[in-house]
Amino acid sequence: MNLSELPALNLVELRELLRTREVSAREVIESLRDRIAKIDPLIHAYLSLDLEEALKQAEHVDLDLPLGGVPIAFKDIISVAGQPCTCASKILRNYRATYDATVVERLKKAGAITFGKTNLDEFAMGSSTENSSVQPTHNPWDTTRVPGGSSGGSAAAVSADEAFAAVGTDTGGSVRQPAALSGVVGLKPSYGRVSRFGMVAFASSLDQAGPLTKTVRDAALLLNAMAGPDARDSTCLADRVPDYTENLDRELRGLRLGLPKEYMTDGIDSQVRAAINAAIAHLESSGVEIVEVSLPHTEYAVATYYLIASAEASANLARFDGVRYGHRAEDPRDLLDLYGRTREEGFGAEVKRRCILGTYVLSAGYYDEYYNRAQKVRRLIRQDFAKAFVKVDALISPTTPESAFRLGERSADPLRMYLADVFTIPASLAGVCGISLPCGLAKTEEGTELPIGLQLLGRPLDEARILGIAHRYEQGTEWHKKKPRLAPKLQVPSSTLQT
Amino acid sequence: MPPRAEIDVAHVARLARLDLTADEGALFQEQLARVLEFAEKLRLPDTSSMDSSGEGDMFDVLREDEPRPWFTAEEALSNAPRQANDLFVVPKVVE
Repeated sequence: MNLSELPALNLVELRELLRTREVSAREVIESLRDRIAKIDPLIHAYLSLDLEEALKQAEHVDLDLPLGGVPIAFKDIISVAGQPCTCASKILRNYRATYDATVVERLKKAGAITFGKTNLDEFAMGSSTENSSVQPTHNPWDTTRVPGGSSGGSAAAVSADEAFAAVGTDTGGSVRQPAALSGVVGLKPSYGRVSRFGMVAFASSLDQAGPLTKTVRDAALLLNAMAGPDARDSTCLADRVPDYTENLDRELRGLRLGLPKEYMTDGIDSQVRAAINAAIAHLESSGVEIVEVSLPHTEYAVATYYLIASAEASANLARFDGVRYGHRAEDPRDLLDLYGRTREEGFGAEVKRRCILGTYVLSAGYYDEYYNRAQKVRRLIRQDFAKAFVKVDALISPTTPESAFRLGERSADPLRMYLADVFTIPASLAGVCGISLPCGLAKTEEGTELPIGLQLLGRPLDEARILGIAHRYEQGTEWHKKKPRLAPKLQVPSSTLQT
Repeated sequence: MPPRAEIDVAHVARLARLDLTADEGALFQEQLARVLEFAEKLRLPDTSSMDSSGEGDMFDVLREDEPRPWFTAEEALSNAPRQANDLFVVPKVVE
């Protein structure tokens, strides 16, 4: 096989070539290096690369392990020992992680190789990757558009064949939404399925790491290695981890899928609606029964999420004070001046807005009015899901109301940006699992094509079920085989990668 | 229903230990007022039967309280903005 064709492979295909020794782990890393050098100046998916270190790992890796020799990209909010972990924030510009996150440790143990850290909205706060303090990532399908966010670098890297797979984090949709906008598969595990240890905390009651991959089977393969209990994260569940790849081909006949009526509103783009309706028809022809269900508190989810996530963020980000790590303001007059100026200089606008909002809703006099009220509404939203899951095996919806928007289009209007996550946020608040997979292409006025995402939501710890439905849908359609038409010959400024 | 709370961004920023430029203060004042206006809709659903204390069954997860290897001083200080004698250096807080 021509080595330049390697990066187009999915994980399962790559695994087979490595296992049979048709290619070496070194050749895989080298092919990825060449692909990134050629493509990333257009996309800006990566914040840092350490290919020397990856080649060292490749020398010693056991190719017979489940992920033996497979390079995996990590969102730059997940700690990889010895590598930068900047969270795309100026406050951590020079920070290097001193230990591996549990997800990294587990994936390495399964044979995976770490080689690069991908771009994100600063501290995962955003829906477009434009809040990165370094640079925005561009959507490989149309480089004038956003890849989604906050795991936009991870999604774009996989979409543009600059990564075989990546690990992102999802707090209100940050794996599923960029997966939808960039045309890849993104899985948010149930809250507690994957350890949060070593992920820089944004909103601790919501954060979950999840795989971004080219196929559903690849996502199942990664989840096999990522999931499971961890003594270092007390919210990580002890439940047995099944082999998520085992029953992917199971027949769908007899399954009941719920279509939440609140998700098919007038706000949905007509091409997105048509793609979801076509996906529903396809599933019905496979013997799935589709029934309308109601999640009556859906309209409150975005407001609930912004109050709770900001409250948790304001507490979590208090640790960035210029004392133990990260940026420190020069010549402070006293301790308060050190804190105030360090954070002013180190944080970007969205992070500051959320720290202020979070501090406000937790402050005396407003705690009941905002934070407690949001917690109560969160329980109503959870109940909506619990009631729906009595009637149906899983839920089906669009991942986003629209396909990828233009760079700059929403950055001046935080509220409008928040609404990009309207269909992913409720599941995060409820702690259930969800997956987004490609289900169509929308045509733009300029004649470009943009991916559309189908979202499946499952009961807590029912990842195997939504993976199975997603896999059967994927294998019955051609959407996962569509690739962006990249034009690497375009004249672009040289890459600003830190290597 | 009590009147809508007004956010004083300059005051809350001080509580958050976050200095703001005048421009940022004015912009955030306007933007966050709109976000809080949007959050007003949370007054609509009936939450009287809901408890805000958390989600589902709450229980403590404890580990054995025993010493175990963790960061060395060198590792803990590896990202320190200023350090000396295996310690973080901070501004004087007591005159």
